[in-house]
Amino acid sequence: MGAPRVSIQTADFDLSAEVAGLHRGDGGVGAVVSFVGTVRDVSAGQGVLRMELEHYPGMTEASIEAMIDAAQARFDIRAARVIHRVGLLDAGDRIVLVAVSSAHRGACFQACEFLMDYLKTQAPFWKKEYTPEGASWVDARADDDEALRRWGLDSGNAAP
Amino acid sequence: MKVTLRFFASLREALGTGGMLDVPEGATVADVRRLLQARDAAHAQALAGGRALRCALNQVLCPDSTVVSDGAELAFFPPVTGG
Repeated sequence: MGAPRVSIQTADFDLSAEVAGLHRGDGGVGAVVSFVGTVRDVSAGQGVLRMELEHYPGMTEASIEAMIDAAQARFDIRAARVIHRVGLLDAGDRIVLVAVSSAHRGACFQACEFLMDYLKTQAPFWKKEYTPEGASWVDARADDDEALRRWGLDSGNAAP
Repeated sequence: MKVTLRFFASLREALGTGGMLDVPEGATVADVRRLLQARDAAHAQALAGGRALRCALNQVLCPDSTVVSDGAELAFFPPVTGG
């Protein structure tokens, strides 16, 4: 095994370097799809100054590793890379990267979306938003459960 | 038998990070939640039956009908909101 598939870190990441990492040493890669999630400066009509991300060390990494295994079993992909930041983040900061490589574009488009839908509803992260009014924990969204259902999977998150 | 409790996010703020708990043989996750509710007002509120909570046994998400084993790590937390 070469580069890690999953990193949970406070530091920012370099998208170009991560995409290059998926190409490196694999001449069969014909496509890479990447998703980058960022901290919005507004939520439910309120300005968001910063965000705090908490996670469950150990379980987080293991659950995302299992999601990548599930993506590899389901789609014809070559490799995947997931980075999720934790701790204090400012509006505009990158939060999450999911990048997937495959021979042709279809598999990595699908696998990238599958991994994000899975991560949003099954990986143990919690967001707390800081607005001028104070801090509050973000509520889970039923839309995200619905997104996972497209893949034939029950979320049990926002609406158990 | 003993389990190690873990709380996260809003539950951690209300109840602390967790600790050891004595539970009867054959107890399910739902049984442990009820046991904890009876502890004090803070536990009763944070773990109230009407609140949507998720649980993980030995760091794997599980339904609350799951039977807890001796020495297990049992975590309670709100619905997840990463990504």
